[in-house]
Amino acid sequence: MALTEQSTSDTFPEAASPTHMGLPDSAGFFGEFGGRFVGEPLIGACQELEEAFIDAWADPEFRNEFIDVLRDYGGRPSPLTECANLSDDLGLRLLLKREDLNHTGSHKINNVIGQALLAKRMGKTRLIAETGAGQHGVATATAAALLGMSCVVYMGEVDMERQSLNVFRMRLMGAEVIPAMSGSRTLKDAVNEAMRAWVGEVTDTHYCLGSVMGPHPYPWMVRTFHEIIGTEARQQVEALTGGLPDVAVACVGGGSNAAGLFAGFADDESVRLIGAEPAGGAAAGRGVPAIVHGMKSYFMQDEVGQILEAESISAGLDYPGLGPEHSHLALNKRAEYYPVTDEQVVESFQLLSRREGIIPALESAHAIAWVVQEKEQLAGKTVLINLSGRGDKDVRQVQEILDVQDGTVNGAAQ
Amino acid sequence: MTAITTVSLEAHLQERIAGGGKVLLPYVTAGITDDWVDLVEAIIDAGADAVEIGIPFSDPAMDGTTIQEASVVALDRGITPAGALDQLRGREYGVPLIAMTYYNLVYRYGHERFAADAAAAGVRATILPDLPMEQAGDWAAAGAEHGIENILLAAPVTSNERLAQVVEKTAGFVYVVSTMGTTGERSDVDDAASILARRVKAVGSKPAVVGFGISGPETAVAASKDSDGVIVASALMRKVLNGESVDQAASFVAEMRVALDKAYPPS
Repeated sequence: MALTEQSTSDTFPEAASPTHMGLPDSAGFFGEFGGRFVGEPLIGACQELEEAFIDAWADPEFRNEFIDVLRDYGGRPSPLTECANLSDDLGLRLLLKREDLNHTGSHKINNVIGQALLAKRMGKTRLIAETGAGQHGVATATAAALLGMSCVVYMGEVDMERQSLNVFRMRLMGAEVIPAMSGSRTLKDAVNEAMRAWVGEVTDTHYCLGSVMGPHPYPWMVRTFHEIIGTEARQQVEALTGGLPDVAVACVGGGSNAAGLFAGFADDESVRLIGAEPAGGAAAGRGVPAIVHGMKSYFMQDEVGQILEAESISAGLDYPGLGPEHSHLALNKRAEYYPVTDEQVVESFQLLSRREGIIPALESAHAIAWVVQEKEQLAGKTVLINLSGRGDKDVRQVQEILDVQDGTVNGAAQ
Repeated sequence: MTAITTVSLEAHLQERIAGGGKVLLPYVTAGITDDWVDLVEAIIDAGADAVEIGIPFSDPAMDGTTIQEASVVALDRGITPAGALDQLRGREYGVPLIAMTYYNLVYRYGHERFAADAAAAGVRATILPDLPMEQAGDWAAAGAEHGIENILLAAPVTSNERLAQVVEKTAGFVYVVSTMGTTGERSDVDDAASILARRVKAVGSKPAVVGFGISGPETAVAASKDSDGVIVASALMRKVLNGESVDQAASFVAEMRVALDKAYPPS
C-alpha cells in the first residue's frame, strides 16, 4: 500500500501546491483558513511539532514504521464492501470503505498511531487527548498502551454519560479520563481543557489532537496520517469497478475521516466530494468564519462571535466548527457539505444494520443518511461511503431512542 | 487626578517606572456584576495604574477556572462586546483602560469599528492572547489609527530570537506570562517570571509586567522584583464571584498598592 507522496525537503515550501488538498502555506493556511492562533506559551510547541512532523514524514524509516504498525496492529488495509442489498433498494452502486473494521473500531487509529510514533520520536512520554464520542480517546489510550506512554483523556461530562462504555475502555487500557465540566460539557469544552492542560505540561507531553483542526500543523498532519483511507479506497474502487466513484461521501464533525477520504480523490474532478454534517452542528452550511481553537475556520456562532454549542445525536460530531481545510474546500466548491437530521441518522443506522448486517457508528450513519436522502439524483451512480466507525458504542443509545418512540426496534424500523 | 487618557499606555506606565515605582494593573470582567463599572472606578481610586477590562468569550482557552467562571457569569448576565464598551463610555477614568479578550470578538466586531468604539470608551490598549505576533499586524495597525496599542505576550518558553521580535512589536508593555499554565492564583510565582522579566529588559526598553498567578500583596511584591509591575486578575475576580462588595474588592487593590509602594518606593 502506497501513501501519497509528500514533500521530502526539510524546509517548508512557501506556496501551497497546485492540488486541491496540497500543503498549507508557511503560516499554516489553506487559502484563508487555518493558521496558528494560540497563546504565546504554545507557539514553541507548535513549531517544534511542525518541524518534527516534516522531518519524520521525510524519513522512510518513520513512514515504514507507520505503515507496519497500521498493518500488523491496526488491521490495514481496511476492506471495501459492495452493498448488494442496499444498492438494489436505493437504485445505485453503494460501496463502503470499512474503517469500522480497524482496531478500536474506527478510522481514528490511523492518526493516533502516527502522532504517538511521532511523539515518541520527539522524546515525549505522555499523551493527552480530547474526545467526543470516545473513539479518539479510546484510540489514543490504545496507542499509549502499545508504545508504553502514559495517557490522559479530556471528555465532556455529558459525553462521558452518553458513552460510558468508551470511558471504561480507556480506563481499562490505563488511561486517565478527566471530565470537562465547563460550557456545554461536550467536545468543544474537552478541546479547551486539553489545550489548557497542554500549556502546563508541554515539555514532556504531546497533545494528540483527534481531528483535522486546531493550530498548524495539526490540520495538515492529521489529514496526512488519514490519507491512507483515500489512497486505499481509490485503488480498491478502481480494482473493483475499473473506474472511480461518482461520489465520495463522509460524515463531518471536525472532519478527519472526510479529509482522509477526500485526499484520495481531490484532484479527480469527476468525483463529487460530499460531507454530511449534523443539522445541529452544520458549520460549513452556515458559513461564518471564526477564530477559535487555534484556527480560522467556519464555526456556528452568534452575531457577536460567541461560539455556539452544537447539538447532535452523535457525540463524535457534536462540534460547532470544522477543520480549516474543509472550509477551504467548501469556499472553493471542491467539496459540498449538507446537513442531515438526527431522525434521518437513526433511520439510516437501522437501515444499514437490517439490510447489510453492518451496524454503523451514529457518526458514519450521517453519510448513509445523505445518500438515502439523495437517492434519486444518485440513481445509477457509484457511491463510495467512508464507514468511519462501528456502531457497538451507540447500540444502547439507539435502543433507548427507539424504545421511547414505540417500544420495539422492529416497529420503528418499518 | 487630571485626565490623562490622551497619553499612551506605554508613556503613562513609563512615567511611574521612571520614578522607581512598580505598576499595578487589576483586571475586571465586564458585566460580572451590575456595578462593574463602579468597581473599575473604585480600583483606580485604590491606586491602579491602568485597568484591564475583560470582555468575556465563550471559549477562553488561555484562562483558568476563575476567569472561566467570571466569563460564564457575565455572559449569562447578557454582556456583549458592544455593551461592555457602551457601559464604559461617558466616564472619565484618569488612567488608560486595556481591553483583554479573545481575537474572534474583535474580528467579528470589525477591526475599524472595534478600534473606534473602544477608543471612545477610554480603551488605550488591547491584549488578545490568541492573536500571536505573526497574525497581529492588521489589528495593530487598525488600533493604532485610534491610538490603541496592542500588547503582546512573552512566555518562559519563548526563544531569544522570538522574544526580541515580541519586544520590538509590542506596544504598551510586554505581558510576561509568569508560568507555563493558564491564568489563576498561585501561592508563589515561578522563578520563571523573574528570569523572563530580566530577558525582556535585556532586549529593549518596553515595560515588562507580570501576569498569571498574582494572588495578593506578597506575590505582587515578589513578581515585581525583576519586572516593572504586575497584573492581578483571578484573585480579584474570585472576591467578586464570592460576593464581596466594590469597597472590599477595591481595598484588596489598595493593599497591593501599599505593599508595592512600600517595597519599591516611587520618588
